Amino acid sequence: MTLDFDVVSRSLPYLWKGFVYTVELTAIAAVGGLFFGTLLALGRLSPMKWLSTLAAGYVNLMRSIPLVLVLFWFFFLMPQVLQVMTGADRPPQIGAERTAIITFIMFEAAYFCEIMRAGIQSIPRGQVHSAYALGLTYGQSMRLVILPQAFRNMIPVLLTQTIILFQDTSLVYVISATDFTGAASKIAQRDGRLVEMYLFVAIVYFVLCYTLSIGVKRLQKKIAVIR
Amino acid sequence: MFNLDWSIFFQDSPGGDRYADLLLSGIWWTLGVSFAAWIIAMVVGSLVGTIRTTQNPWLVRIGNAWVELFRNVPLLVQMFLWYFVIPEFLPPLKRWVVAADPAHAQFLSAVLCLGLFTSARIAEQVRAGIQSLSRGQRNAGMAVGLTQPQVYRYVLLPMAFRIIIPPLTSETMNLIKNSSIALTIGLAELTFRSREMGEYTFHFFEAFSAATVIYIAIAMAANRVMAVIERRVAVPGYIAGK
Amino acid sequence: MPMISLDQVSKWYGTFQVLTDCTTSVDKGEVIVVCGPSGSGKSTLIKTVNALEPFQKGDIVVDGIKVNDPKTNLPKLRSRVGMVFQHFELFPHLTIVQNLTLAQVKVLGRRNEEARERGLKLLERVGLTAHKDKYPGQLSGGQQQRVAIARALSMDPICMLFDEPTSALDPEMINEVLDVMVELAKEGMTMMVVTHEMGFARKVAHRVIFMDQGKIVEDAQKDDFFGKPRSERAQHFLAKILHH
Repeated sequence: MTLDFDVVSRSLPYLWKGFVYTVELTAIAAVGGLFFGTLLALGRLSPMKWLSTLAAGYVNLMRSIPLVLVLFWFFFLMPQVLQVMTGADRPPQIGAERTAIITFIMFEAAYFCEIMRAGIQSIPRGQVHSAYALGLTYGQSMRLVILPQAFRNMIPVLLTQTIILFQDTSLVYVISATDFTGAASKIAQRDGRLVEMYLFVAIVYFVLCYTLSIGVKRLQKKIAVIR
Repeated sequence: MFNLDWSIFFQDSPGGDRYADLLLSGIWWTLGVSFAAWIIAMVVGSLVGTIRTTQNPWLVRIGNAWVELFRNVPLLVQMFLWYFVIPEFLPPLKRWVVAADPAHAQFLSAVLCLGLFTSARIAEQVRAGIQSLSRGQRNAGMAVGLTQPQVYRYVLLPMAFRIIIPPLTSETMNLIKNSSIALTIGLAELTFRSREMGEYTFHFFEAFSAATVIYIAIAMAANRVMAVIERRVAVPGYIAGK
Repeated sequence: MPMISLDQVSKWYGTFQVLTDCTTSVDKGEVIVVCGPSGSGKSTLIKTVNALEPFQKGDIVVDGIKVNDPKTNLPKLRSRVGMVFQHFELFPHLTIVQNLTLAQVKVLGRRNEEARERGLKLLERVGLTAHKDKYPGQLSGGQQQRVAIARALSMDPICMLFDEPTSALDPEMINEVLDVMVELAKEGMTMMVVTHEMGFARKVAHRVIFMDQGKIVEDAQKDDFFGKPRSERAQHFLAKILHH
């Protein structure tokens, strides 16, 4: 069996496009997921029973079913839902790439919610009390005192989750969106060079993720805040 | 709104089987892959996790390398490597794959892939569990004259496994969810069958609802089983980890 | 009209009653010390005054405002009542100066420069100007607690609540905090202090309240309390803690 890694260098522009999409999807899903995840966490911790039950239900649902199935839900059913919502005659075609973005934001929100919830709960109750005692409202206490500390404490975990997200984006393959893995797969099948392409993809992911995780470990050591 | 028709489960697909039966066959494949992979993951993961806690720097490095290898490559890519790439490097394997029923080849690849991927995660849990035990435990074992393997077998591992039952439970649930990725190499597990049903009947909502409910049910069942195990093996008067 | 008045205040955690019919009052300029064994409910009681702990029965009125009235603007009320906590509770992610100015700016709406000036003046008063740009984690316990007092004072409160302010401090640092509190009392601040420090009580308290199992068992003028407390429980307690 002869290996021809030339196929990699020949397809670099196309692979790069896929890689850019992977990075974009990761970044958007991480930021969006963190934003909605924090809101979900506040919802789960709310004393209003209906809100905490709703938030918990959403998070538990997203965490109980495979990401592949969630992707299918959104990909196959979102056009119909949008048709009903906008009153159009035919289901609007949004395309796999955009569907993936929405899906990942909503999926990751559940995971970021649990991380932020742990972070918020790890802040001693005395901090909440002293913020209230000064006259800060709930919103001000959260925004100025609790969330900054919770976020800072959870940065290593949040970053690790982002690295996991970076790997999970490869699953857009199942809805035929073209990310880095998808691009490599298309070249592999077109040129019959599965071994070279998949090995290349594996090596790239390995190098990137390993380097990033070492970075996170270093960061963790540096930001151990003296309380 | 959507025209939901819950009776389609009992209609026949183009292949002749009822959709409900196809989904059922998908469930069996999901459970089969998950169980076989779980065994591999537990055995290999426990071994790797244990050697990472020894004093031997080489063993520790091998263990760490194992974990890093499987952690930093997406599961989908690993699945492709097992199914498309590894047979190319092992001619006997390739011959078997070519001759065998495709479903068997897919099953084998999926089991090995999921098993080893999860073993790395379990290795992490086992390592953490052992290291959370106080040094005194290891010392006490040595002090009465036990050899190192004996210390692990009789003192450290029994407690470590009890401590890590909760994270182990969530790894098990992850494993079951991850089995769905095998559909990318053609294994007709549950998610595959539900999409197939949707594509034939255009009743995606019903199909995916069924899959969703089934996954939730499987997760709850797995949770129950682990809770029973945890209760059975609990040491009286000892709150795990404290 | 007293500055703080509690009338038949009762509180339950589920079925467990932590406070039973607590009634007392604090006049302007008065210093009240609340003492009692662990679990007597004294920390809970003081936290009901600024509504950090809700209560199911009774009334509490602070400067004419009913605390348990659902229509009361609690943040506004709390901004006028200063509170110092056992574990200091400075905000660790902010510098000392920022700790002092945060609430002034966000709650009282003061301008940044004004808040800073006020904060630094109070910081000087507690003797910690040199540390203004440090973070709480870089200060000792006694220093943090003095900053916490300055933080509460920066809101220009009408009264100050202290919840065991020296219980978490190493012995060498207790005095530096008590000195600040004595100064404050001498200047006429209305204070309600939960503490074990009887030396402090003897020096500046007007009245002493003794609590046991959620009830106010004694509420006497200082000299009466230390001279001859009426209840056996209080006598017991005093005998035990006055050894030091």
